[in-house]
Amino acid sequence: MSIPFNRHGAWAIYKFEMNRALRTLLQSLLAPVITTSLYFVVFGAAIGSRMTSIDGVPYGAFIVPGLIMLSLFTESISNASLGIYFPKFTGTIFELLSAPVSAFEVVLGYVGAAATKSIVLGLIILGTATLFVPVEIRHPGWMIAFLLLTAVTFSLFGFIIGIWANGFEQLQLVPMLIVTPLTFLGGAFYSIDMLPPAWRAVAMCNPVVYLISGFRWSFYGSSDVAVGVSLGMTLVFLAVDLLLVAWIFRTGYRLKS
Amino acid sequence: MPERTPPVVSIAGLTKTYASGLRALGRIDLDIHKGEIFALLGPNGAGKTTLISIVCGIVSPTSGTAVVDGHDVVRDYRAARRKIGLVPQELTTDAFETVWATITFSRGLFGRAPDPAFLEQLLRDLSLWEKRKDRIMTLSGGMKRRVLIAKALSHEPEILFLDEPTAGVDVELRRDMWALVRRLRERGVTIILTTHYIDEAEDMADRVGVIRGGELILVEEKRELMRKLGKKRLVLQLKEPLSAVPAELADWRLALNDGGRELEYTVETNGHGGVESLLQKIGDLQIGYTDLQTRQTSLEDIFVDLVSTRG
Repeated sequence: MSIPFNRHGAWAIYKFEMNRALRTLLQSLLAPVITTSLYFVVFGAAIGSRMTSIDGVPYGAFIVPGLIMLSLFTESISNASLGIYFPKFTGTIFELLSAPVSAFEVVLGYVGAAATKSIVLGLIILGTATLFVPVEIRHPGWMIAFLLLTAVTFSLFGFIIGIWANGFEQLQLVPMLIVTPLTFLGGAFYSIDMLPPAWRAVAMCNPVVYLISGFRWSFYGSSDVAVGVSLGMTLVFLAVDLLLVAWIFRTGYRLKS
Repeated sequence: MPERTPPVVSIAGLTKTYASGLRALGRIDLDIHKGEIFALLGPNGAGKTTLISIVCGIVSPTSGTAVVDGHDVVRDYRAARRKIGLVPQELTTDAFETVWATITFSRGLFGRAPDPAFLEQLLRDLSLWEKRKDRIMTLSGGMKRRVLIAKALSHEPEILFLDEPTAGVDVELRRDMWALVRRLRERGVTIILTTHYIDEAEDMADRVGVIRGGELILVEEKRELMRKLGKKRLVLQLKEPLSAVPAELADWRLALNDGGRELEYTVETNGHGGVESLLQKIGDLQIGYTDLQTRQTSLEDIFVDLVSTRG
C-alpha cells in the first residue's frame, strides 16, 4: 500500500511555518512596512518631487513595483532559507527525514508557506504605498501572476540556500552579496532607459531587470523589455530552482549522510 | 516466543560507509520479530545509531536492504516509515512551539488525520497534559524527553525505536518509561532500543544483540544468553594477601584481585573440581578467609566480556 500524496504531512509543515511567522507577526510585518514608508518619504517626497515623471508616471509611483519586488525577493529568500535551515541547525530535521513525506510535500509545505508570507507582505506594501502615492494597476491578472511566480521562485531559491548553508552567515551571504545588489542595479528605482547605452547592455545581463520590468508593466503598461520576455525569464528561474531542488532530494545533498 | 512470528524488521547485508570514509556498519543481518523487545547493546561508536537511522530513513545505506513489515525502507519508504516511531538520543526539540503544537505537527507529518482525543490520552499517559500549552524551551530535560516520546507515538506506530531512552533521565521518568514500554508491548508494538544501562536490557528485553565496530557479534534470546554465557563466581576475602595463586590450586580457574586480598573462582560446569573440593584444598593449604560470596554473572558482565575480549 503506497500513499501517493501525504496531504496531512504537507499541511503540517505549512501550518508549522505559518505559525512561526504568526508568533513574530509584529516584527515580520512592521519592519518591512516601516522600511517601505521610509523609501517613500525619501524617494517619493524628498527626491521624487524634484524628479520628472518616468514614462508619464510620477517618480513616487514609479518605484512602487520595484519596492514590492525588492521585498518579495529578500523576504522569500530569508523566510524559506531560515525555515529549512533552522531544523538542520537544531537537529529537529531528523523527524522530517524519518517521516513518510516526499520531496514534493516538503517543498510544498516550506516553499508554500514562505511564498504565502511574502505575497501577503507584498500586498501590505502595496497597500502602504497607496497611502503615499497614486498607484494604478492596469493588468491585475498579470500583476497577480508575477507576484505569485516571483514569490514561489525566490522561496524555492531560499529553500536551496537554506539547505546549502552551513552557518547563519552563509544564510545571509547570497541575499546580501547577490540579490540585493542585483535588485538595486535591476531598475527597482529607475528605468533602464535612463542608463547610458553601454551600461544598458550590461544591465540586460541582470536577470532581476526582467522580473522588475514585467511587474512594473502590469502596473503602468510601460516596461524596459517585452512582457513575454519577462515572463519567460521568470519561468526559466523557476525551472532552474526546481531542477536544483530535485537534485538535492535525489542525492540527499546536505540533508542525508 | 519470538521465533514463531514473522520478522517485522528484516535487515540483510546492510553496510554503511560515510563520505568521510568511516565504515560505520560492516555487514549486518538481523531479523526483529513482531511484538518483541529487542535490545541493541554496544559501546559508543559501535554503529547502533547508524543502524537505527538507516531503518528510519535518516541515513542512506551503502548497500544491503532493510524491510519493515514487507516494505523496503528506501523504495517503499512511505509505507515503511508510517509504521515507525523514533525517539532520538539527543534532546532535539523545537524551542518556541507548544507541546500540543509539536505533537499535532508530528502526527500530521506522518500522514495521520487529526485525533485530539488520542493525543490527549497520549499526553496524559506521559504526564504531559498539564504542560500542553507550555513552550518546549521552558520544560526540563526530562519533560523534553517525554515530549520526544509523545512525538514518536503521535502517529500510532507499530514499531518504536528508542535510542538511549534513559540516558540522563531521572528515576521517576525511567520507571514511567518502562511502564509505557510494557503497555506498548501488550498492544503488540515492537520495540527496539539501545541502552548503556545493561541492567535495563536484562530486565526488559526478550532478545539482545551486541554490536561492536559495526559488526553484530551476537544475537541471542536473553535467557539463552544468560544460560550460555552466564557464570557463577565464588569470591573469597583473604585474611592475608597472596602474591600469586598457589601452584596447588592450578586445577581451578582462579584469579587474584584487589592486590591479592581477594580470590575469585569462576565456577565451571565441566571443569576440574568444584566449590567443595576447592574450599577443602584451601583449608588444607591453611589460607584463611574472612568472607565468602557467590555471584551469578549479569548481562553486564557478559557484555563487557564480549566487547572487550572477543574478535
